[in-house]
Amino acid sequence: MTDPDLTADEQALLDGASGPGVAAAMRLVVGLARAMGARHLRSISGAHIDSCLFHGQSGLDFVRLLADGGATVVVPTTLNVSSLDLLHPELYRGDDATRRDASALMDAYVSLGCEPTWTCAPYQREVRPAFGEHLAWAESNAIVFANSVLGARTHRYGDFIDIAAAVTGRVPDAGLHLDANRWATTVVDVTGLAPALLQTDAVFPVIGYVIGRECGADIPAIVGLPASVSEDNLKALGAAAASSGSLAMFHAIGITPEAPTLDAACGGADGQPSLVVTADACREARDALSRATGTALSTVSLGTPHYSVAEIGRLYDALDGRRVHSQIDVYVSTGREMLTEAQLRGWVAPLEQAGVTFVTDTCTYITPILRDTQGTAMTDSAKWAYYAPGNIGVDVVFASLSECVESAVAGKVVRDVGLWGDV
Amino acid sequence: MSDDVGIRKVAVTATVRGSASGVALVLDEPLSFWGGLQTETGLIIDQHHPQRGECVAGRVLVMDGGRGSSSASSVLAEAVRLGTAPAAFVLRRSDEIIALGCLVAEELYGLVTPVVVCGEDIVSGDIVAGDIVSGDIVSIDAETLTIAR
Repeated sequence: MTDPDLTADEQALLDGASGPGVAAAMRLVVGLARAMGARHLRSISGAHIDSCLFHGQSGLDFVRLLADGGATVVVPTTLNVSSLDLLHPELYRGDDATRRDASALMDAYVSLGCEPTWTCAPYQREVRPAFGEHLAWAESNAIVFANSVLGARTHRYGDFIDIAAAVTGRVPDAGLHLDANRWATTVVDVTGLAPALLQTDAVFPVIGYVIGRECGADIPAIVGLPASVSEDNLKALGAAAASSGSLAMFHAIGITPEAPTLDAACGGADGQPSLVVTADACREARDALSRATGTALSTVSLGTPHYSVAEIGRLYDALDGRRVHSQIDVYVSTGREMLTEAQLRGWVAPLEQAGVTFVTDTCTYITPILRDTQGTAMTDSAKWAYYAPGNIGVDVVFASLSECVESAVAGKVVRDVGLWGDV
Repeated sequence: MSDDVGIRKVAVTATVRGSASGVALVLDEPLSFWGGLQTETGLIIDQHHPQRGECVAGRVLVMDGGRGSSSASSVLAEAVRLGTAPAAFVLRRSDEIIALGCLVAEELYGLVTPVVVCGEDIVSGDIVAGDIVSGDIVSIDAETLTIAR
C-alpha cells in the first residue's frame, strides 16, 4: 500500500490550506487512492452526490465535518434522491425524528453548494456530461449510464467520496478513469432472444438482472441488442445489473460510444461469448424478481430509476384515458425537472385525475411512502423488484409497463403470458 | 483444504489498515450493505441472499466483494458507529465502496475496521478467501492474516 504522489496544490489541500473540511475530504481521497493503488490524483469536472440520502447519524456527522470546516464544492455538483419529497411532503409516512434529520442532511448538502436536483437520473437533465469528461458520480445506476451510454468517465464511487471529490475537485487516477480499465472483460450474447421479445421494454431490465448475477464486477460487451434500443432501455438494463451485481460499465456493440465493434470494445482481446442469455434465463429472472403469487394487488410502483419524460408519456399513452381501479395506488417516481417538462406536455394533470400519484426528490422503496406495504406491489423496475422486499417488506411482481397499467385498471395482477413466450 | 487443526499466517494486501480479530463468516455471494444489512441489528436482510438472517456483527466477513448500491458506504459507516458492523473484511477483490465506509467511520469515530484483499493475484504462499471457512478464528494485523481452526 503506497501513497500517491501529490502535486504541491494537492499537498496544500491535505495540509489544510483550504480549511479543515477540505483537508478531511482530501484525507479520504488519498485514502481511496491508496486502496486503489493509484499513483496520482486527477481533476474532475462534475460530481453527483448519493450521500444526501439519510441512513443515520454518521451521514450528518460527516457532512458537518465538511461544512463546519468551511468546505464548498468546486465543480458543478448534482444531488441524488433523498428521504423526503419536498414538493409533496404529505406523502411521507415516516417518523418526525427521521424527517427532521433527513431534512437537515438535505439542507447541509445544499449549503455546500450542490444543486438541489434530487434525482437518481441526472443524465436525464437537459445539460449532461460530454463524452470523455471525468466525473465523480455516485448512485450505481447513474455510474453505469455515465460510463456506458454517455462515454463519460467515473469510477464506481460510493457515499462520502462523492462529496469529498466535489469539494477537492480530485479523484484517484485509477479504475474507470483509465483507458485500459474500460475495455470489456467478458462478452454477453443476446442474439438468441426472439426479435419480438427484444422489442419489449420489460426484457432489458431482465437481461440486466441476468448479467449482474453472472458477471459480477466484470465489464460486459453485449452482442445482439437491437439498433432500436432506447436510452430508457439501456438505463433499465444498467440499473438492474448494478443491483444484482456490481456492474459499473457495459458496452452494447454498435450502440454505445466506446463500442463501435466488438474488437474495439475488447481492446483487441479475444471476444468469445462467456454468457449466452436465453429466453429460459429471461423467464427465470422474471420469476426470481416476482416473489408474490396469486392475483391480489395493492400497489403499482413505476419510475426506478426516475422516469424520463418519454416514460411518463408512455404511461399516459398506455392508460389511454382510463381510471386506475379504486383499490389500487399507482406511484410514479421522477425528478422534479422531468415532472415540470411532463406538465408542460399536458400529461401530469390527466394522470393525477386518473389516480396516479407523482413522487419527486425520493423514491418509493427508500422511504415510507406506500400506503399499503402488506399487499402485493407490481413494478416495471428490476431494481425496485430487487430491493423493495428487503427495504419496505412488500411482496413484488415484476412486469412490463403494459402489464402494470392493465393490472392497475383491473384491480388485480394481469399477465400477458404471450410476452415472454411462456406458451 | 485439509481438516488439520492449526494456525496459518498469510501475507495479504491491506486496503484499510488496522488490527482486529473475530470468527469468520464466509458469504456464498457478495452482499450490498444498502438493502442488504439492517444497521440496528447487523442481520442480512437481502431477500435474494442465500445467507439472509445471518448476523455479521463482530464477525470477520469473508466474501468476493461488495455488490450494488453506492449507499453501501453510508450503511457500513452507520453500522460501525452502532457496533453492528463486521470486525474486519477479507475480500477476494478490492472494493472501494466497502473501503470508504470503513475509512469514514475511522475519520469520524476513530473506530478501525480493517479491510484486506487476498486472492486477486495468487502467488505462492497466498491464500484465497475461499480457504477460510465459517467458524475459523481470523485475526488481522497490518498485512498479516492469521487463521486458526
